Amino acid sequence: MSGATFAERRAAMGFCLHCWTTLLLLALLVWASFSYLSLDLARLFSAESGRGMLQFIGRFFPPDASAEFLRKIAKGTLETLAISAVGTLLAAGAGLLLALPAAGRLGGELKALTRFLLNALRSVPELVWAALMVLAAGLGPFAGTLALALHTAGVLGRLFAESLENAPPEPARALLDSGAAPGLAFVYATLPAITPQLVSYSLYRWEMNIRMATVLGFVGAGGLGQMLYYELSLLHEPRASSVIIAMLALVVLVDATSAWVRRRQMRPGA
Amino acid sequence: MPPSLTPPRDPDALRRAGWTLLALLALWPLLQLAQFRPADLFDARNLAVMGGFLGQFFPPNLSAEFLALAFKATLETLAMATAGIALALLLALPLGLALTYSLSVSRIGPGPGRGAGEALRALARMALLLLRGIPELVWALLLVRAFGLGPAAGVLALALTYGGMLGKVYSEILESGDTRPARVLLESGSGRLMAFFYGLLPGAAQELASYTIYRWECAVRASVIMGFVGAGGLGQLMDQSMKMLNGGEVSTILAIFLLLVLLADALSVFLRKLLA
Repeated sequence: MSGATFAERRAAMGFCLHCWTTLLLLALLVWASFSYLSLDLARLFSAESGRGMLQFIGRFFPPDASAEFLRKIAKGTLETLAISAVGTLLAAGAGLLLALPAAGRLGGELKALTRFLLNALRSVPELVWAALMVLAAGLGPFAGTLALALHTAGVLGRLFAESLENAPPEPARALLDSGAAPGLAFVYATLPAITPQLVSYSLYRWEMNIRMATVLGFVGAGGLGQMLYYELSLLHEPRASSVIIAMLALVVLVDATSAWVRRRQMRPGA
Repeated sequence: MPPSLTPPRDPDALRRAGWTLLALLALWPLLQLAQFRPADLFDARNLAVMGGFLGQFFPPNLSAEFLALAFKATLETLAMATAGIALALLLALPLGLALTYSLSVSRIGPGPGRGAGEALRALARMALLLLRGIPELVWALLLVRAFGLGPAAGVLALALTYGGMLGKVYSEILESGDTRPARVLLESGSGRLMAFFYGLLPGAAQELASYTIYRWECAVRASVIMGFVGAGGLGQLMDQSMKMLNGGEVSTILAIFLLLVLLADALSVFLRKLLA
């Protein structure tokens, strides 16, 4: 190997102009971002700011573990779960209703119109919906539920419409040809074929919504987020850290459960 | 058997009705917990506030002054996402590499460093779990208190959560490819870093880059809302306009939101296609 000439080594290293220009461009973009935000990294990671940070973290310990506060946290956790569950259920219902026209079953104009509506629902982030719903329905978990329902209806509606379009047409055709009413043909022939898909999409969105429901409270839409925001504004750091631990536990639990369910589904024969 | 004139009854009807009833009963406490009160939407006071607010949505505020402000906030949002991902990489690369089994020297044979290696990996896994388990908005809310209002808190929040996510996924991607070249390199005495560069990276580079671009797209979406807790970007502008119930400004910002998300989406798809 030591006998390799310079040309051989260069060929082995495979100098690639394309790669280096890309890397240079990326580095420039990152540098431009930092300078636009006027972030002073040296100051951010200085010893002084480190000391301040440690002091700040220290205020969160030990977490408040009094029985009374833990009960409150348990209630907040249940509220978060309820917000996500009801929001996802509403969204699944609305999504199915919107998926029918969006799959083109009720004519071309309605298809374009509902597609546009679904896109609009989906592209407004949950948190923005929550801020709007707090105005429409007042502070509290109901606003969070509506916010999740609106955004998720957009997402699920699109997915459901795709499932509907890909559903096998033969069973419904057979029922229609033997004289069944269109509604009954849909319920007994099309729906059973796509139900597993609808359920798995909804469960997947529920998992995401549990995570989202923990932060919707920052704009006043209930759940653990509202507790965290409240305790932090009152500078009750030990209480805030208990809420954060509860959030972390909830997210990790949901992650582990969904990973377990997915593994079980993938195992053949299970 | 003569064909019956009435349609046959669904033999499963009773069971279905039973399950539906049971599900509705289970739903009731959930509705209570979520304070599900649709009547609130039609409360006279809420209707007045919302009606007035929505009424102002048209026309959107398109004054040059406000558009300039919004443009600056949009650039800030994009810069936050880019800077956040860049810092996240600094966290994700070392942690992800530490997690990757196929780069572990001590795993090849029972050597003296085995216990320490295992301990380090467990620690790295815990750190990643903590980083990505706490939502970026919670990090932002906390960091705003430490670094003050503004984009610095948002960038660091993105760096922490996305560092955790990227680190985990990087190690999974590295693990899922062909790990034999790295193993051979390690067994013949190369260092871990060299085994990574020459054994794993060539096979996984495209997937790693593609996932990083996807995460950048998610970071754009996340930095759009960071402002609601005071961490800079478009969200902060939106929060202010909403608090003042200025519908015209809110509708302009919403339109910019949509454009920005669509743009990031298209760019990310384009870049990932380019890589494939």
